[in-house]
Amino acid sequence: MIKINKDLIEEHGINEEEYQFILESLNREPSITELGIFSAMWSEHCSYKSSKTWLRKLPTKNSKVIQGPGENAGVIDLGDGDAAVFKMESHNHPSFIEPYQGAATGVGGIMRDVFTMGARPVALLNSIRFGDVSHPKTKHLLNGVVSGIGGYGNCMGVPTVGGEVEFNSCYNDNILVNAMCVGVARIDKIFYSKATGIGNSVVYVGSKTGRDGIHGATMASAEFDDDSDEKRPTVQVGDPFAEKLLLEACLELMKKDVIIAIQDMGAAGLTSSAVEMASKGNVGIDLNLDLVPCRETEMSAYEIMLSESQERMLMIIEPDKEQEAKAVFDKWGLDFAIIGILTDTNHLVINHHDQLKAEIRLDILESGAPSYNRPYKIIKEEEFDQSLIKEKNDLPLKILERLLNSPNLCSRKWVWEQYDHMVMNDTVFRPGGDSAIVRVHGTNKGLAISTDSTPRYCSADPIEGGRQVIAESWRNITSVGATPIAITDCMNFGNPEKEEIMGQFAGVVTGMIEACETLNYPVVSGNVSLYNETNGKGINPTPAIGGVGLIEDLNHFSTPHIKREGDNILLLGETNGYLGQSIYAKEILSITSGLPPKVDLKSEKEIGDTVRDLININKIDTVHDVSDGGFLVALAEMSISGNIGVKISLDKENINDKFLFGEDQGRYIISIPDKQMSEITKILNDKEIFFQKVGKAFGKKLIINNNEEVEIENLKNLHENWFNEYLEE
Amino acid sequence: MKISVIVFPGSNCDRDVSVSLKKFSNKDPFMVWHKETSLPDSDLIVLPGGFSYGDYLRCGSMAANSPIMKEVKKSSKNGSAVLGICNGFQILTESGLLPGTLIRNKGLSFLCKNTPLRVENNNSIFTKNYKDKDIINIPIAHNEGNYFASENVIKEIEDKNLVAFRYCNHNGDIDIANNPNGSLNNIAGIINENGNVLGMMPHPERATDKIAGLSDGEKFFTSIIESLK
Repeated sequence: MIKINKDLIEEHGINEEEYQFILESLNREPSITELGIFSAMWSEHCSYKSSKTWLRKLPTKNSKVIQGPGENAGVIDLGDGDAAVFKMESHNHPSFIEPYQGAATGVGGIMRDVFTMGARPVALLNSIRFGDVSHPKTKHLLNGVVSGIGGYGNCMGVPTVGGEVEFNSCYNDNILVNAMCVGVARIDKIFYSKATGIGNSVVYVGSKTGRDGIHGATMASAEFDDDSDEKRPTVQVGDPFAEKLLLEACLELMKKDVIIAIQDMGAAGLTSSAVEMASKGNVGIDLNLDLVPCRETEMSAYEIMLSESQERMLMIIEPDKEQEAKAVFDKWGLDFAIIGILTDTNHLVINHHDQLKAEIRLDILESGAPSYNRPYKIIKEEEFDQSLIKEKNDLPLKILERLLNSPNLCSRKWVWEQYDHMVMNDTVFRPGGDSAIVRVHGTNKGLAISTDSTPRYCSADPIEGGRQVIAESWRNITSVGATPIAITDCMNFGNPEKEEIMGQFAGVVTGMIEACETLNYPVVSGNVSLYNETNGKGINPTPAIGGVGLIEDLNHFSTPHIKREGDNILLLGETNGYLGQSIYAKEILSITSGLPPKVDLKSEKEIGDTVRDLININKIDTVHDVSDGGFLVALAEMSISGNIGVKISLDKENINDKFLFGEDQGRYIISIPDKQMSEITKILNDKEIFFQKVGKAFGKKLIINNNEEVEIENLKNLHENWFNEYLEE
Repeated sequence: MKISVIVFPGSNCDRDVSVSLKKFSNKDPFMVWHKETSLPDSDLIVLPGGFSYGDYLRCGSMAANSPIMKEVKKSSKNGSAVLGICNGFQILTESGLLPGTLIRNKGLSFLCKNTPLRVENNNSIFTKNYKDKDIINIPIAHNEGNYFASENVIKEIEDKNLVAFRYCNHNGDIDIANNPNGSLNNIAGIINENGNVLGMMPHPERATDKIAGLSDGEKFFTSIIESLK
């Protein structure tokens, strides 16, 4: 027997206080298997011990929410008995160590969270962040992550319809890979993870268990150092083919009335699924590990309980339905094993080779998990120093060319062309716009989905940044004409034991709460990834927001590309020309100090609601929100994607970098034909929405006040070629 | 008209192609599981896209040895039409129903995009509703779509006019700049000598629905359905 000692306890990420609690609760020393189980369940990744006091404050309900946080994924009502099931999750640490497998299994894991609830996955999105483009590892990580995401999603036959990519030196040694999945289910056929019915069977299905990924959850909850490469064996290996079979088998079985509860084996594998399912149902669970299908010999109880082998599920079924269930998994060539039973003991009991390996009261593992009210200090930047802006740096269109060809504003086409974004044949609007649009199969309804984050704003002012990420997500969903319903959040932060990092978390959550409440845009699922630090240096606070909205009638939605020459281009919302934390400030002036732009949530809502009505009631079809890079970048994107130029006419005093590249919030650009002008401008005036006419769609050039011009074709090349040129260097 | 769609483990365009087939034939196709040893009487057999057997070993090679493929070969010999799309094309070359092979894209990465194709042979049951040299926009989505065959096989294919579609640009120019995956002679799809088997990498089923963006695949399906009525 392995003797528990101080080093071993420390290696398991359990502190002295926590260990004392274990001793008192068990009234004895834990076995090594038990120590492993505590370590996994109490890891930051599984227990949310530093974050849950804050997360609890987030709004989680509105009239469309069917299931909020606490299940495998969130569920919202799409009407007509349809529901969307969605969640976003991080796979940061594994992706840095082994980018292809790390990213691939991130995608696989999030899909299981969705189909375990009875939903067929219909869309994948992601939010990926890498170090500076000049960092020696960046190209390798970028290539690996993109092909890993594609490799898994493409094989599964689920389209990857959107995402975001950012480069920033703060991610040099700690990249972020967040994957989101959206599925569609019937409301009356949603499956939950609450295990009920004493005497019911605990069933293991899917791939066999190996030694991969042991202690992934604990690894994901620790900082990195220079020896992180040595952790490669803790990265799981994905098999999308096995998952495709598992998906079809699960959905086939779910059509029958057999499954009582089901959960995927994700982080902390069999341990967390067994513990969470039994805890939710207030029952005990006995497992006989001799019955677990293993692909390696001589695996110990410790290894079986903590393996993070992929493509596995745990189900609860009635014993008399075992044969019916087994037949489905036999058809798909997947393992099906009864490995335990639900009991009335409220204990997790593990036997292996006729020996008792663990016996722990479930409430100690779940509700007994530590929760910390960590001290925090919210720090923000000083006011942005306007005097740093040197006017007439360069001609505006020259600056535009530089920005469109910069790593954080160029087209992401190189990335999304490697993802099958069309399979399932319901992708109505492909990547590259504000939101992807995916039709609910067999209906005329559409899901609008986007992923967003602006970490540089969050770093400069956590509260304002928290407001902004929610507002931006809501704006992107609104831009296509959808009604935003709810979000999933993936909170990537540094070490919460540091006051200023905890302050970033607290501040961002505070801002998010305010925005979620004002915009009626609650959080229904999510994930927290802390300790994103290497050698003591944290990443920018990065709350990635996955937003979902509904388009009731796909005959009316809007997209950013300009569709007709002769259209009038209107800029909605006030432009003050604020450049703090803008891409312009960073790329052109090399200034990264100062506060980010302010978000006025009340006017955000008014203008957004008006834009949505213009699309749905007045049938305007061309809308783009103004975000990174400001007005001129947004307009150029509309021109490039529509291959139609714009004659921009601005008041003389507005031809300056502040107006053209400032990132003032709450703005949209719309393009409307002459015949709609009086109708639309009347509505905007009636609603007191500030707007200005900024030009007319015309020809194949962007022309500013007849002074300066550039061919759209040139802009398009600059915009689309950055990735190829970078990777060929 | 009777249609069977073969479902291999890992097929993932089986539903999409069924939706398109139903749209134009007004009938649900039979979905036939790969382990079956008999095939319903079928005028058309479709091998859909996807990753049969996870693309393990080599794309299409394990599916080519599935029990149902014996029946597919038999039916094709007896004159049933056989259509292989993407992974289905790979299965057709692996099982010897079409010549050549599909190797990794020249860029070594998966590529999903709209691609202009030039119709090279409108004398087939699969293409008769197109005009000769029509330029149609059909998406590709593959990692191994680079058509390769020995010199004499290519010569035979060309001499006998068995190329159905070639990759081109919007003007119909066929050259290396408009060849997304490195296929010899820009070949995107070929027909067998009997004219009843067609394999193609692009996905016509993804171009039959205007709301999803494209409709140039409609004539492909109407050609087959009208020919086999």
